[in-house]
Amino acid sequence: MADSRVSVPKEARRGEPFEVRISIRHPMETGYRTDESGAPVPRNVIRRFTCRYGGAPVFAVQVTSGIAANPYFRFFVTARESGALEFEWVDDAGVRGEARAELTVA
Amino acid sequence: MRATARLVPGRRRILRAAAAMLALRALPAIAAPELPDIPLLSQFLAGRAARWERLRLTLPVLADNGLAVPLKLAMAGPFAPGPTVRAIRLFSEKNPVPGMAVFEFLEAVERIEIDTRVRLAGSQKVVAVAEMSDGALYAAAAEVIVTIAACLDGS
Amino acid sequence: MALLALGAALAALGAATQERSLPLGALRSGIEFAGEDVRTMQADDIANPGFLWVERGEALWRDDQGGASCASCHGEAAGSMRGVAARYPAYDSAAGAVLDLEARINACRANHQQAQPFPRESEELLALTAYVATQSRGLPIAVRIDGPARASFERGRALYTTRHGQMNLSCAQCHEQNWGRRLYAETLSQGHGNAFPAYRLEWQRLGSLQRRIRACFFGVRAEMPPSGAPELTDLELYLAWRARGLPIEAPGVRR
Repeated sequence: MADSRVSVPKEARRGEPFEVRISIRHPMETGYRTDESGAPVPRNVIRRFTCRYGGAPVFAVQVTSGIAANPYFRFFVTARESGALEFEWVDDAGVRGEARAELTVA
Repeated sequence: MRATARLVPGRRRILRAAAAMLALRALPAIAAPELPDIPLLSQFLAGRAARWERLRLTLPVLADNGLAVPLKLAMAGPFAPGPTVRAIRLFSEKNPVPGMAVFEFLEAVERIEIDTRVRLAGSQKVVAVAEMSDGALYAAAAEVIVTIAACLDGS
Repeated sequence: MALLALGAALAALGAATQERSLPLGALRSGIEFAGEDVRTMQADDIANPGFLWVERGEALWRDDQGGASCASCHGEAAGSMRGVAARYPAYDSAAGAVLDLEARINACRANHQQAQPFPRESEELLALTAYVATQSRGLPIAVRIDGPARASFERGRALYTTRHGQMNLSCAQCHEQNWGRRLYAETLSQGHGNAFPAYRLEWQRLGSLQRRIRACFFGVRAEMPPSGAPELTDLELYLAWRARGLPIEAPGVRR
């Protein structure tokens, strides 16, 4: 349901860190805005983002409204074996999003 | 027609400072004594001292827009076999939510580098604290000027 | 005989070579007036949030729910849509009016897909417009203002040079006479629309050129024309003519 774009290198070297970049579409509604009628727009931000590699969680972010709308994260992970990188996030409304990328390790 | 804005003295001062600082890409790390008063940060530190070295926090001196400010964290290795980075926490001086984010390194990695975009509710200092696997703390801070838009947007 | 020929030549000259306000060599995209962070964001296809809409647009392009998909007639957009955004706004004979890209997409939906038009600034219309526009990335704007488009162009030009709002400012006063000068903490751009639909940091989402123009009306404390109003298309056409030769940057990033 939630759109995202992921970038991992075509190939990573075993034992070396490789770059992961992800862009997630989410308004990250702070809860401090009001709509045209003056009613407060309820807060709805992503609260947790997790990156799993070969099934094991390797990197996570406790996210708040302090992260900008349509969050962008760039980080590094140590390459082990070829496999899947799975991304998951959940927001205040309980809506989950996910993405996936395949990694080849030489 | 000259586009001049009538500024209150405080803003004029900030703009002059901004003009002077625009030559710099980012402010160098603030020394420990200038740690901003952020209760959540003090709570987290719980009396422990953090070392103001090794961790680098990069933010623009003058933000294009406080709603999306690029932020970079980097920490020089080497790490393993010694202590590795467990987590890096971001603290805001002025935001309504002072604990901006916690980056958790659930698996050790030799390259500690994070890029993201943050929201800043006005000009302020941001503090980053890295927590090592042996409990050691490293800190870095940066100051950002956030102005309001030249033209209000009601679209 | 010679006089007639001269007269004809002069008339042709008048119609074809409408004197441009900013010479081609002096054209500068808004990205050149943006800070380093905005420039970096626009240049990076993952960091540029506009591509989230482009991807959604690609999915919509292929979606044939409730009738024919865009792809069923137009095939791969990379081929069929290349150069299209650079020609818009354009006179559409079926509609009997100048349409911007958003209106043209909706016209296709109504006439060929038996589908409801997407509302202006809706996620779907932004996504499709971004997807089509990005197929012209790097290509120079090349709109026509001759024939049936001429009236719209003249209206757009009149709006551009008329003072509006409580601040009593015309577009030209900021973007022709004072581009490059600072207004508070920002530098005034030349006011081109070549990067739209664009992700404006202030909007925290992608938005259309019409939205950006409406924002400018608000900025001078004038009443904003409603989205889809013909005067906005007139202005879009004038802006496109003013910027002809500038490459399309959609999806752009702006502050």
